Amino acid sequence: MLKTFKIGGIHPPENKLTAGKPIEVLPLPTSVFIPVGQHIGAPAVPVVKKGDTVRVGQVIAKSSSFVSTNIHSSVSGTVKRVDFLADSSGYPKQGIYIDVQGDEWIEEIDRSTELVREFNPDSEKIISKIQEAGIVGMGGATFPTHVKLVPPKGMKAEVLLINGVECEPYLTSDHRLMLEKPDEILVGITILMKALKVEKAVIGIENNKPDAIELLSKKCKEYKGIDVIALKVKYPQGGEKQLIKAVTGREVPSGGLPIAVGAVVNNVGTTFAVYEAVQKNKPLFERVVTVTGKMVPNPSNLLVRIGTSTSLLVEAAGGIPEKTGKIISGGPMMGKALASVNVPVTKGSSGVLLIPDEEAARDQVNPCIRCSKCVSVCPMGLEPYFLMTVSEKQIFDRAEEHHIMDCIECGSCSYICPASRPLLDYIRFGKGKVGQILRSRKK
Amino acid sequence: MSNLFTVSPSPHIHSEETTRKIMYRVVYAMIPALLWSVFVFGLDALWITLIAVAACLAFEYVIQKYLLKVSPSINDGSALITGILLAFNVPANLPWWIMIIGALIAVGVGKLSFGGIGSNVFNPALVGRVFMLISFPVHMTSWPVASDDGIDALTTATPLGIIKQGLTAGTPVSELTSELPSSVGMLLGNMSGSLGEVSALLLILGGLYMLYKKVITWHIPVSIIATVAAVAAIFWIIDPQSYVSPIYHVLTGGLMLGAIFMATDMVTSPMTTRGQLIFGAGIGIITISIRLFGAYPEGISFAILIMNAFTPLINNYVKPKRFGEN
Repeated sequence: MLKTFKIGGIHPPENKLTAGKPIEVLPLPTSVFIPVGQHIGAPAVPVVKKGDTVRVGQVIAKSSSFVSTNIHSSVSGTVKRVDFLADSSGYPKQGIYIDVQGDEWIEEIDRSTELVREFNPDSEKIISKIQEAGIVGMGGATFPTHVKLVPPKGMKAEVLLINGVECEPYLTSDHRLMLEKPDEILVGITILMKALKVEKAVIGIENNKPDAIELLSKKCKEYKGIDVIALKVKYPQGGEKQLIKAVTGREVPSGGLPIAVGAVVNNVGTTFAVYEAVQKNKPLFERVVTVTGKMVPNPSNLLVRIGTSTSLLVEAAGGIPEKTGKIISGGPMMGKALASVNVPVTKGSSGVLLIPDEEAARDQVNPCIRCSKCVSVCPMGLEPYFLMTVSEKQIFDRAEEHHIMDCIECGSCSYICPASRPLLDYIRFGKGKVGQILRSRKK
Repeated sequence: MSNLFTVSPSPHIHSEETTRKIMYRVVYAMIPALLWSVFVFGLDALWITLIAVAACLAFEYVIQKYLLKVSPSINDGSALITGILLAFNVPANLPWWIMIIGALIAVGVGKLSFGGIGSNVFNPALVGRVFMLISFPVHMTSWPVASDDGIDALTTATPLGIIKQGLTAGTPVSELTSELPSSVGMLLGNMSGSLGEVSALLLILGGLYMLYKKVITWHIPVSIIATVAAVAAIFWIIDPQSYVSPIYHVLTGGLMLGAIFMATDMVTSPMTTRGQLIFGAGIGIITISIRLFGAYPEGISFAILIMNAFTPLINNYVKPKRFGEN
């Protein structure tokens, strides 16, 4: 019996069209726009200006507080200007335009591909290197990793969980990374274990990636304290609370952090970036992005420099197909629909998904027939039909009482609703309002 | 070429489920029982079913379009189900004009006056059925004789009717059983009763189909039947001459039809599995109480309607298991 989370969950079609496609390096663009706010927390502050020359790996914006991180140039060339451009949220964000010239990297970076296993096991030094390298959660949440590695006072980490689940349909960047860079990932895990001062790490992988499970299960034996667990294929197994529940059996309490049950969760992509940062002095300036869709001529997994325009990725995959209805940054369940294909790739961009017209439009909204499917699929055990109603009627105290803030916005409720009701839309609105109320209460 | 892209919030994919598909699956589940009713009661059964369905659809269309001034939703399949269930709940030779009144009450009062599908508190078919029962008691309790070669002109009592009359008159059970159908007969449908309730086997078959297609879950039917069986068993064990065995209670009357098709109506039943078990137990207790101690031989229609009224309360107090609760 495969381990899984007990409450809720759905089984959308997996559509892992690119699971067998090795990672290809996307050719350098001629210019990039690198946003200074690619992470949770305060945006970084630019430290370059128009006319400056920059090299690959150079700091171009500095972290502005503890919950913030550095931004590094992904290209070498000249800074065109510091300006604003709309990112995947649709809102203009500050960033740095760079005209690309050549591909010169800063000297500190070790560009060799040999595996390096030894490292200074001093926890503080490791965390400091991770912080300097601008590493954030690459599963999509983009939480600054160094913050996660410093437990709050009084709390201690017992186990490190590595998220190799990739439960979103279509996305395969983590899958390919596990197949192609397993040793680097495992060394990255040992580095994180030392940073957290834990003896135990578990890699969770969904059962639709048997090759990755087999490969990592074999290789993890060479490292002390690392195990691999195959998990039942069920969305949202990759949600950190659901992953912790499936692997350890513990439930993160409402309003709490994973560290409250002794767990710290990191994505495999983040783990790989940690390896490169600590062992090769390479900051985070590129990532694997899956470009995919049923009508895309050449769906691929591309290694892309941060700041590259999404249009170049789509071009490399064969161009925008006829009758494309939506272009999504991320996966189909939690990704953002783009108004334009000209948004930059950022540290959290896991995929570009093109959806045909017939699938893109939403169905007509019908009355709720109280079938309770939304209740049965919610992985947090909430009542989406009720939360939608109170959010719609703006009865925010009832929304708070019914734990609307526990919602992880996975979208399972909206997915399953036979009446096509916009459950998550209203719940997000309710969460925003209740969040405001909670913050004003603290003041 | 510049494309216009749809920009809407996540999720960007949707399951294949629609309200209409769910409703039509319920219709398919009722077909075996419907076919049996024609076999046993003749074309009268088909006729009254068609009248019920046509009347429900017509009333829904007219009321929505001309009185409420909204876009008619007769395509969603719910009025179709109400029509078939109404027919299932009446004697096969019910006069057509009574059925039309029943349909008007079911759709107009039971459903649309509350705000349409999803907003109704009570099961519309049961609202119509109880209205017909109380307004036209003789017509609604004159049961045609079920036989293999179609309907006879004679009328007869249902097994529950025989039981109620007999026990009230003081006849011991052992003398009554010769008048009652065999267990096999009750299971297959060789007995008299309303159009759709006679064949427990075919109703169960329909229920299994709905379970497989995830239209219903086991909680409501099982809790109703188990509660009825348990309470009936207790009384039967204490005094087998004054109370019939639970087998009769489970296989006769509207219990199967009610438990599988009427109590499971999504709109009027609780939203959590624990709530559904409470709901089913309540229906079971009220049903068996009316059967054993009430004036009516059958109690499931009233039981379901009463528990429908409790559903909002159950939803308020019975919450699903939350992640990270303890």
